[in-house]
Amino acid sequence: MRSLSNIFWLGTKELRSFFSDWVLLGFVIYSFSLAVISQAQSNAQEVFHASIGVVDEDHSELSRRITHAFLMPYFKEPVAIAQADIEHLMDTGKYTFVIDIPPNFQRDVLAGRQPGLQINVDATAMIQAGLGSGYAQQIINTEIAQFVSQVERVPESPVNLAVRIAFNPNVTTAWFSSVMGIISSVTMLAIILAGAALVREREHGTMDHLLVMPLSPFEIAMSKIWANGFVIAVAVGLSLYLVVRLLLKIPIAGSIPLFTLGTILYLFFATAIGLFLGTVARSMPQLGLLYMLVAVPMNVLSGGATPLESMPPWLATVMQASPSTHFVSFAQAILYRGAGLDVVWPQFLAVAGIASLFLFLSILRFRSTLSSASN
Amino acid sequence: MNGSDEPVAIVRAFSHRYRSVTALDCISADIPAGRLVGLIGPDGVGKSSLLAILAGARKIQEGAVAVLGTDISKAAERALICPRIAYMPQGLGKNLYPDLSVRENVEFFGRLFEQSRREREWRIKELLESTGLAPFADRPASKLSGGMRQKLGLCCSLIHDPDLLILDEPTTGVDPLSRRQFWDLIDRIRGRTAKMSVVVATAYMEEAERFDWLFAMNEGKILATGSPSDLKQQTGTQSIEDAFVTLLPHRQLTGNEKPIGPPLDGHAEPVILAKDLTCRFGDFTAVDRVNFTIRRGEIFGFVGSNGSGKTTTMKMLTGLLPPSEGEALIFGEVLRAGDLEARRRVGYMSQSFSLYGELTVRQNLVLHARLFHLPPTFAEARIAELIEKCGLADYLDDLASSLPLGIRQRLSLAVAVVHTPDLLILDEPTSGVDPLARDQFWQLLIDLSRNQGMTIFVSTHFMNEAARCDRLSLMHEGRVLATDTPAGLVKARNANSLEDAFIGFLEQEKPSAPSVLTLEQPEAIASEPDKTTSRDSRRSFFSFRRLFAYTIREGLELVRDRIRLMFALFGTALLMIVFGFGISADVNNLSFAVLDRDQTPESRAYLSELRGSPYFLEKPPLTDYAELDRRLKNGDISVSIEIPPNFGLDIKRGRPAYVSAWIDGAMPFRASTIRGYLQGMHQLYLSDPVLDTTKAAAPLPANIEVRFKYNQDFDSIYAMVPSTLAMMLALFPAILMALAVVREKELGSITNLYVTPVTRLEFLVGKQLPYVAVALINFIIMFAMAVFIFNVPLKGSFVALLAGTIIYVFTTTGYGMLISTFCTTQIAALFGTAILTILPAQQFSGMMTPVSSLSGSAQLIGLCFPMSYYRPISVGTFTKGLGLTDLGSSILMLLVFVPVLTSLSMMLLPKQER
Repeated sequence: MRSLSNIFWLGTKELRSFFSDWVLLGFVIYSFSLAVISQAQSNAQEVFHASIGVVDEDHSELSRRITHAFLMPYFKEPVAIAQADIEHLMDTGKYTFVIDIPPNFQRDVLAGRQPGLQINVDATAMIQAGLGSGYAQQIINTEIAQFVSQVERVPESPVNLAVRIAFNPNVTTAWFSSVMGIISSVTMLAIILAGAALVREREHGTMDHLLVMPLSPFEIAMSKIWANGFVIAVAVGLSLYLVVRLLLKIPIAGSIPLFTLGTILYLFFATAIGLFLGTVARSMPQLGLLYMLVAVPMNVLSGGATPLESMPPWLATVMQASPSTHFVSFAQAILYRGAGLDVVWPQFLAVAGIASLFLFLSILRFRSTLSSASN
Repeated sequence: MNGSDEPVAIVRAFSHRYRSVTALDCISADIPAGRLVGLIGPDGVGKSSLLAILAGARKIQEGAVAVLGTDISKAAERALICPRIAYMPQGLGKNLYPDLSVRENVEFFGRLFEQSRREREWRIKELLESTGLAPFADRPASKLSGGMRQKLGLCCSLIHDPDLLILDEPTTGVDPLSRRQFWDLIDRIRGRTAKMSVVVATAYMEEAERFDWLFAMNEGKILATGSPSDLKQQTGTQSIEDAFVTLLPHRQLTGNEKPIGPPLDGHAEPVILAKDLTCRFGDFTAVDRVNFTIRRGEIFGFVGSNGSGKTTTMKMLTGLLPPSEGEALIFGEVLRAGDLEARRRVGYMSQSFSLYGELTVRQNLVLHARLFHLPPTFAEARIAELIEKCGLADYLDDLASSLPLGIRQRLSLAVAVVHTPDLLILDEPTSGVDPLARDQFWQLLIDLSRNQGMTIFVSTHFMNEAARCDRLSLMHEGRVLATDTPAGLVKARNANSLEDAFIGFLEQEKPSAPSVLTLEQPEAIASEPDKTTSRDSRRSFFSFRRLFAYTIREGLELVRDRIRLMFALFGTALLMIVFGFGISADVNNLSFAVLDRDQTPESRAYLSELRGSPYFLEKPPLTDYAELDRRLKNGDISVSIEIPPNFGLDIKRGRPAYVSAWIDGAMPFRASTIRGYLQGMHQLYLSDPVLDTTKAAAPLPANIEVRFKYNQDFDSIYAMVPSTLAMMLALFPAILMALAVVREKELGSITNLYVTPVTRLEFLVGKQLPYVAVALINFIIMFAMAVFIFNVPLKGSFVALLAGTIIYVFTTTGYGMLISTFCTTQIAALFGTAILTILPAQQFSGMMTPVSSLSGSAQLIGLCFPMSYYRPISVGTFTKGLGLTDLGSSILMLLVFVPVLTSLSMMLLPKQER
């Protein structure tokens, strides 16, 4: 009881000091509002406004149809270019796709000679190259098929494939990127707030003051964890309701309270690791560098940017030890697939387990570093 | 000793405010030239503000100030006289760089004043020898004692032979011997250059006796002016301290000196017992075999300069630091870190201000009462009592950070005794507090000791406070020189005062001390032919020497902080490995499961395409829809294929057959890719002759051939490795640079920008160069990694890549520089730089999607971020095999960023404090 009361009252102090730092508050608001919005609206995860050039050496009805089949918003208006310019224009990244329609293409198609048509793709435009080349093939195939069927009847396909996308029928990327934006802000903020709270307390000499009072390191650590975690949990809730639901009008399939519960579990971990880094770093520049080395990989490799199964197996295995991976995984399950506790409990358990381990480690370190080198 | 009759500085109707607080209230003064002028008065009356204004460090808000005959409100004119002024701010070595050695610190200032190597070396030699610092030339400033640090500060101030020397509390926290030496040094310097004017603020009233001219200040106003004897005569008092107190309008000094109350009981039980207490940090012994006993009810004093080991000893007593050797017994027991019960009996007030500035007075008191679990009714009564006793009633709802220092210390005391401890440990509680507030504070201490029986252990460097203790220990360089009653100590040295006694003990300790002061080179300054090059030459608007002064300084500091350097050099390499392997747009190892309700050769033939694909990985088959739903939901499978009953039969009979696929849409990019794969495979199946139907499959009308240029296998590593390189060079240099600038702001050395001739451009670019160098080393490491570890060869021109990289790292450090200009704390700079670089670098700079295809604010952010222009260079040279001519426009765009970022930063970075 006594301990709980200490943790509570110390935490209120943390809250007060957080709200008195206006610049920090401004950055927090930015990262949960504007940063989320610009990620949601970026269309960075899909084929959108891809630049396309066409070398039309056929100048036929069919080649014109193919050219006009590339439509906004997936593709920009195709631009006619000369064959000699392909290399140069693609080198400078002017066009991601260049379609080369050979001479006599229409004639050869109608004569059933199966002429070749080339799509040049700039493979360095990672996301667009893969998806866009598929789209382009499909568009061209459909155009040719329609053109041919006007001339002659094509037999109906014996097998049809109906592809449906579950949970996000129109494959709207804003659904995904907005929530992933929130998640990455949670990781970054939780680690830095907790770590900096510790370094600041040491720099300002108030740590000594706390330690000579009848307070245990556990209580000091827990007060920082709950207070900073609380701020972020509230920010996440507000961001989900106000920014994602209200402003961006993104439907959320699952239960926000369940997700918030998961976020709180995750925050235990993230603030604990922040405290841990705070005990390791001797100064702010050191904390900054440590933070980059820990927080950035945790964020980028959590599966929110690159699917885990695309990573080398060793890396995917290593990332299983990072709760950020489980956080992304249950966030997707709850928010998009509407999964309940019955589905996500293993991830919750993993996060809670790793969080307790880190909390334990950082309190151990906290105690030893503070008692040995508080100078 | 009197230069000209014209005053060195004239202040007219001058006021200065910090938000709502008025620091200086419409003052006018003529500060006489060629004299030693003192500003005396309590803390927070505007002494420091006035000195900072005279030095040009703060902006003039209202009124007129002329220094050396020049109006300093105009930047251009201020710049002209700036090389003739030297300013040493308050706080021990605040404008010095702790990681740099003594010589390097002085050299830095020499370069700032554009002295040639020859001139510099000659001057440094002269200054170090005359201050006795020569033997310690290679010692880092952080390892100097308080007195030596102030002497070093003085050397740095005198390197350019100023006409006006401004010293803000130069001797606060310095031991009496060093203090005496310091003033002797000032006297000798003035003896040599008669025209030099010195303006000093001091908290030691006894020092004021030796000044030529005094300004007594209180509450932002000047109370009286004149020579010390004038002031004493005016007030009819014997000492400046008394004269000052008499001058105060409404406050009165209540009793002085000795504690009143019952004499100390010499046989009370010991509360603190220190036995051979020793503390070492590495090879440095901070506290060396210290012994003493403190009895119940005693006021025990610890006297010594900063860095003499007082704080370390106290920390060992409170259990904050484990002793390296020996032991400390509190109430007869060793205080351990986990012993919370003993903590309840001890109150501790640490040296630095340790309250929470963002809480009000009441909130601070209530918080501590709660943390000590005082019963609510008792807590209420206790808080009311303390508020009354410590005179806090008027400040209850003020933030602790906004309180004047004296009140703040009373609050700290109230907080330290809120739980009525038996033992109170106070570490320099009155440092920086004015005489009156100090006196009130001691009244409180005496009351606690005599009337409540509290044992008090207090450290101080004020001799008149030491005289009020029952017993005291003199401490020097980690050792206790003597322990006795004040009278006993004076008697032991046959001295006149406690201060003389202390100096006697110190001199006995190191008899060589006075001899270092005898070195003099009286004619040196006047005779040297090339000495005035810097001062009289016309002011240059740009100087490489000043710029490199900052470059060298920053570089030295970076090299000294090994941990930071290692992270800075190899952190990028580590992240490069992680990201190079980890980030990719390849979609593979996709898990799928089949709900085959047909189970015929035809259905298996259809599935064989999928099963043979390298992109897909089959999981155990599904049995029903519920399972399909569940496994999609928990992410076990990314896609499910359902083949309906009679699939085979339909194909055989020529009826259209249908297959349906459900894809997990949680990750849209992956879902779209899967859809593309499935459709491709479906097409392959249709053209497969295995499909044995009654109708012949129509051959495709055209062959569409997709050519992935630059990367035939469409393996993302060829794009990802050069992109990661670009991203790393955006993150690390920006963060390092931002912290480097804000660090100077937070630690106070930014003052050197304000008061020396260095310009903002020189300051920023000078600090930028070491980080550009670090970034280029990073580049070389990452380049080697790309070629040898990731096997991504450089196909294009190395020259183009190198040229682009050099300009790029200037832009990324410039980006950090820009962020640093509007951040005041390192936390804000760290978090701000992180969120303002990571997101654009990762998502809006073309790493995943070309910037031209982004929309909304994302595109705008992308266009304003240098990485968007560097990534084409890096990817172009590595993967596309491009050269300088192809990349000219990108390099040019990057080049535009450099002046834009630099001039924006210059505009946002003030050359004066507000």
